[in-house]
Amino acid sequence: MDLAFFLIQLLNGLQYGLLLFLVASGLTLIFGIMGIINLAHGSFYMIGAYLAWSLSSMTGSLTAAILIAIPLTVVLGMGLERLLIQHLYKRDHLYQVLLTYGLILVFEELRSVIWGDDVHGVAVPALLSHSIPLTENLSYPVYRLAISGVCLLLAAGLYFLIQKTRLGMMIRAGASNREMVQSLGIDIKLIYTLVFALGIALAAFAGMINAPLSSVFPNMGGGVLIICFVVVVIGGIGSVKGALIASLVIGLAETFGQVLVPELAGMVVYFLMAVVLVWRPEGLFGGRS
Amino acid sequence: MDKKQIAGYDRRGFLIGGTAIAGAAAAGILLPSGAALAQQAKLKVGLMLPYTGTFAKLGVAITNGFKLAIEERGGKLGGRDIEYFTVDDESNPAKAPENTSKLVQRDKVDVVIGTVHSGVAMGMAKVIRESGTLWINPNAGADEVTGPLCAPNIFRTSFSNWQTTYGLGKVVKGKGHKNVVFITWKYGAGEQAMGGFKEGFEKEGGKLIKELFVPFPQVEFQALLTEIASIKPDAVVAFFAGGGAAKFLKDYQAAGLKGKIPLYGSGFLTDGVLDAVGDAAEGIETTLHYADGLGTKKDDAFRLAYAKTYKQQPDVYAMQGYDAGQLLAAGMEAVKGNVSDKVGMIKAMETAKIDSPRGAWTLSKAHNPVQDMYLRKVVGKENKVQGVAWKALADPARGCKA
Repeated sequence: MDLAFFLIQLLNGLQYGLLLFLVASGLTLIFGIMGIINLAHGSFYMIGAYLAWSLSSMTGSLTAAILIAIPLTVVLGMGLERLLIQHLYKRDHLYQVLLTYGLILVFEELRSVIWGDDVHGVAVPALLSHSIPLTENLSYPVYRLAISGVCLLLAAGLYFLIQKTRLGMMIRAGASNREMVQSLGIDIKLIYTLVFALGIALAAFAGMINAPLSSVFPNMGGGVLIICFVVVVIGGIGSVKGALIASLVIGLAETFGQVLVPELAGMVVYFLMAVVLVWRPEGLFGGRS
Repeated sequence: MDKKQIAGYDRRGFLIGGTAIAGAAAAGILLPSGAALAQQAKLKVGLMLPYTGTFAKLGVAITNGFKLAIEERGGKLGGRDIEYFTVDDESNPAKAPENTSKLVQRDKVDVVIGTVHSGVAMGMAKVIRESGTLWINPNAGADEVTGPLCAPNIFRTSFSNWQTTYGLGKVVKGKGHKNVVFITWKYGAGEQAMGGFKEGFEKEGGKLIKELFVPFPQVEFQALLTEIASIKPDAVVAFFAGGGAAKFLKDYQAAGLKGKIPLYGSGFLTDGVLDAVGDAAEGIETTLHYADGLGTKKDDAFRLAYAKTYKQQPDVYAMQGYDAGQLLAAGMEAVKGNVSDKVGMIKAMETAKIDSPRGAWTLSKAHNPVQDMYLRKVVGKENKVQGVAWKALADPARGCKA
């Protein structure tokens, strides 16, 4: 590998890492901060992708599709939280696992009924559809770089929201002591509903802007679910910064793993997770609790 | 009304009915199991296919194709009506032995039709080899099924993974490519497809300079595409299917490799994804045992009948299911519906010449189709046939001792 290709692989790794952060960001909120184990995270990712596909083929524009779909997913998230999730805050994690596993099955079946079982493609918006030539035979798609930019913005926005705003303070306080926050006169129920909806919308948004790259197909959520949990576990529960760093580390490990140790490529990430768990069981940036 | 009473009545009614059935069955044992009795009973067909999950669409297509073949024969085989027993195998290899046992032991089916996923097929093989039940595999391409695991009661109407790419070696070499890279998922089917290509390509004097693997079922290809660009091979050959294939084709184009380094593949690379990938697949040549635009009478009739019945176009999977129905029909007609004559049935099936939409085929000694592999080219939304890449290609059935 000469220097040019090393740099391109570095770019691949960082870009993939940012993509991972985008997909895992919703889970960071819901699992990392609210403490709800949401196995259906991948389903919301899939729903986002399918919404992007069906709405963009109706409106002819991915941007329009995303603008219409985001309010829909927020409403979906709020509805689910009010109807189902809020009854489980005080219960054991096992109930959350059972409920959200059930949701996976429900959403898969609904997807099959509404949209069918075909593979679909979403066109890259014309403005971003060209590629930048890097070497004599390799170019880099602009859309991938644009997604990276969106991911960075999102990371900054989330960090700001959680660490620097009053709402973020209430969320963090609610996560560590729900009763205390409530007795201070803060409507913690509403805050939780909002945070859950935001997490769902983020997962769906990831599916939407990733749809032109990944295509849209049944069970596409299953593949991202596990890696999202790995991101949150390595990064540390409750840390947006940790999730970002973990995503980048995983992106690089996976990219260079495939190139340098192809025989073990499938294991590199999990090996990494095992090492982190032994070395720092609370994750890279997790608070000791 | 008193609920308990109803329940009690029901239970009693059930017991009486059950006793009567048991009695009848006992009487049945005393009778000679002649053809006259067998013809009255329905033929029990077990469908073990994925009806949920990634391969749900394939499971449905196979079922549709199979039932179409039966319907064309008046809904009967060898004079017997059909009774279906359906199990959703979820493409889960871990549940395969249990699911197969459900059909074989609980439902006591006469024949099992299944499945799509090669790992599930391997689990089925174990149970089926022990029970001796007839098994027609309408898709799963694991080489082992008609290799080391072959048995008189095991049939396949689709392909072996080796078959889908062996002929491609000659095609790629014929285009003047000498140094080639193969890319696939790291799993059984991918490795076997690669093995078939390597054998066929190196026999022609080509050289497989690098084997690239993506962990299954991951679809992040950027790192390996970059590596392909740095290796600069004469051509790339790929084995992917479904959503992964769609993504690979688009990524290959977006990376600027399309048009610079020619891409070839087994037909699954471009089957069922052409609507999803836009022009990213245009012009790509693949080999498979089926193609669009064959224009034979049989194929046209099949496509028309399928479209009429199911309001959609058939694909390669529907065709394989259809042929599974045809193969079973050949066996059933030869023994006039008497399934207990298993030897006669197997003999009729292994010597049958199946008039398939893909073109007529026969079975190899290991019960895998000996079939023409077509060279196809993506033109618009079709995998247009270009000619025959390999006439009557037979899987070598390595390790088959039956």
